[in-house]
Amino acid sequence: MTKRIIIDPVSRIEGHAKITIYLDDRDQVTDARFHVTEFRGFERFCEGRPFFEMAGLAARICGICPVSHLLASAKAGDRILAVAIPPAAVKLRRLMNLAQFIQSHALSFFHLSAPDLLLGWESDPAKRNVFGLIDSHPELARGGIRLRQLGQEIIEALGGRKIHPAWSVPGGVRENLPTEVRDRFLACLPQAHAVTRQALDFFKGFLDQHAEEIQVFGNFPSLFMGLVTPEGDWENYDGRLRFMDGATPSPPTPLSQGARGECAGNVLHDIDPIEYEQLLGERVEKDSFLKSPYYKPLGYPDGVYRVGPLARVNICRRMGVPRADGELVEFRQRAGGVANASFFFHYARLLEILACLEFLERLLPDPDLQSDLVRAEAGVNCLEGIGVSEAPRGTLFHHYHVDRDGLLTKVNLLIATGQNALAMNRAVTQIARHYVKGPKIEEPILNRVEAGIRCFDPCLSCSTHALGQMPLHVELRRNDGTLLQELRRT
Amino acid sequence: MPVKTLTIDGQLITSPRDQTVLDAARGHGIKIPTLCHLDGVSEVGACRLCLVEIAGSNKLVPSCLTQVAEGMNVTTNSPRLQDYRKMIVELLFAERNHVCSVCVANGHCELQELAVAVGMDHVRFEYQFPQLPVDVSHDQFGLDHNRCVMCTRCVRVCDEIEGAHTWDVSGRGHNARVITDLNQPWGDAESCTSCGKCVQACPTGALFRQGATVAEMQKDKEKLGSLMQAREKKQWVV
Repeated sequence: MTKRIIIDPVSRIEGHAKITIYLDDRDQVTDARFHVTEFRGFERFCEGRPFFEMAGLAARICGICPVSHLLASAKAGDRILAVAIPPAAVKLRRLMNLAQFIQSHALSFFHLSAPDLLLGWESDPAKRNVFGLIDSHPELARGGIRLRQLGQEIIEALGGRKIHPAWSVPGGVRENLPTEVRDRFLACLPQAHAVTRQALDFFKGFLDQHAEEIQVFGNFPSLFMGLVTPEGDWENYDGRLRFMDGATPSPPTPLSQGARGECAGNVLHDIDPIEYEQLLGERVEKDSFLKSPYYKPLGYPDGVYRVGPLARVNICRRMGVPRADGELVEFRQRAGGVANASFFFHYARLLEILACLEFLERLLPDPDLQSDLVRAEAGVNCLEGIGVSEAPRGTLFHHYHVDRDGLLTKVNLLIATGQNALAMNRAVTQIARHYVKGPKIEEPILNRVEAGIRCFDPCLSCSTHALGQMPLHVELRRNDGTLLQELRRT
Repeated sequence: MPVKTLTIDGQLITSPRDQTVLDAARGHGIKIPTLCHLDGVSEVGACRLCLVEIAGSNKLVPSCLTQVAEGMNVTTNSPRLQDYRKMIVELLFAERNHVCSVCVANGHCELQELAVAVGMDHVRFEYQFPQLPVDVSHDQFGLDHNRCVMCTRCVRVCDEIEGAHTWDVSGRGHNARVITDLNQPWGDAESCTSCGKCVQACPTGALFRQGATVAEMQKDKEKLGSLMQAREKKQWVV
């Protein structure tokens, strides 16, 4: 008879989820599933609304990464208007996305994951949080909070508010960046660099001592997907959609700073993102509100692919900024080519913060950011619009159909966390198989299973467009559904 | 007698004989909340927010439609009136789909300001969540029935200032809707001159400029006032 362990709700992630671990008669883990238990239904209730409102509506999907939805939605709106938006608007949107990456990655690393890494998996759960981190490592915790603040304040300076700014609109953006705030942000960058460097050094030291986590926290070859520039460099707003396999070419592709290197694996496709439906299918699971997109040529469930920081860092030939490029060389050396270990998501996140800070340094002095030509006006010139951009957690697709008046008739949202759903199931299974022995599970084991999920930094309010909380619930069950053990943490 | 003498909230005031209690009160700096009232167009007494108490009568009367009278003793603010006003605003919120956070008029909305003014911290009534359409068939403007409070300012401003009478009301009670021409899409309404006065008169985000996103619609009601003033003073007659 099989047993089942359920972790419900999963804690320190953005949203509400549970994990079920199935055990066979010999108490061996047979399978593990990650379920998202909440639902909001944006795709349905946005139907009938004017498309130009959609950016503001979509931003409400998430309080952590509203900017991602704002940008993808506005880009879909640009397509419906059939306009090329003003160059200054493109730069301003890029600026906001960089700020969003910094704040969201800082939240994931410093607030949500660093307590595990710094305080230990076995530490007291009551202190294994950002407050415990402030107690034990005040400087790093303060630095992380400041880093997040920088991102949030840039978003506020552009959009008028830190969360849910309805600033990016079909045709461009609403406001430019005033010079005085620009100078303030430029002055903050050296400190932000120092914090990121400190976190990177700490994490690399941690990697050296935690080979086990690297091996079992979702370490498996899969496809990777994300945007790259036309030249194949790291990208977060526009460009080509790249699919890469998880096999490291032999010998590994060298990447030397400044030279024309290639991505870590083998490129399968480089397509225009609006053709995504040729390669991506969507599957609805019975036990989760999370849709599971898959790579069509391999079908379901073999078409597992990963998106997000790990994917972006794997698929690009280089970051495009010097300090981050130097780090990328080391990243690939440590990974031995393609980084298939999901634990490297954390590493990639820090690497991306570094790159974003460098891109900010480059972009902030641009006088176009003060341009007053930031919004193109047009009517409905196309009845379908697809907007694709990179969210901190991965590639985000907004796909709209409108009628002749511009009212939405169909809305499809492909969210980063959903695209990682199949990979997260695999990661949870791998971790459970390694750590869960027998029908009783202890809290530290529970925490490791959750930490495997946290590598992906899932945002469940986005992926199901659902409103969530962050407590934890685990159930251990026989395969036939008999409940063996239940653990709850709120 | 050219003026009337009356008491409003204990204050003895004089007012021209043809004034309403609302105008008399406002003329003396006494605030009475309103929603359907719009300077320059006729009154309909639809919103009931300007209800006041008159000594000697247990019945509440709309101050916008009540003429001043000699010796009248008016109370504009009492616990009873506060309760009713709060209830009226709550009912308006419960009736249709007012979602301030994503509304074009957020921060510039009279309904939102009223909710703050009457101290509405929650709605005691069950939300109706009606499924209502949005009409964006007009080239420049849009109508969202979800945000309409049936104040009929658009109807009156279109009829009395623009003279087009594009807007009207169909249905009754809960099913009442503002319509254009003979209940046609706004874009097909031949009588519409696209002057935009209705959009400026609308107290909420129900009528908006197309392309506007969250909090982008700021209405300019003074423009309507100056139009009326110019007409009354025949400023544009040569």
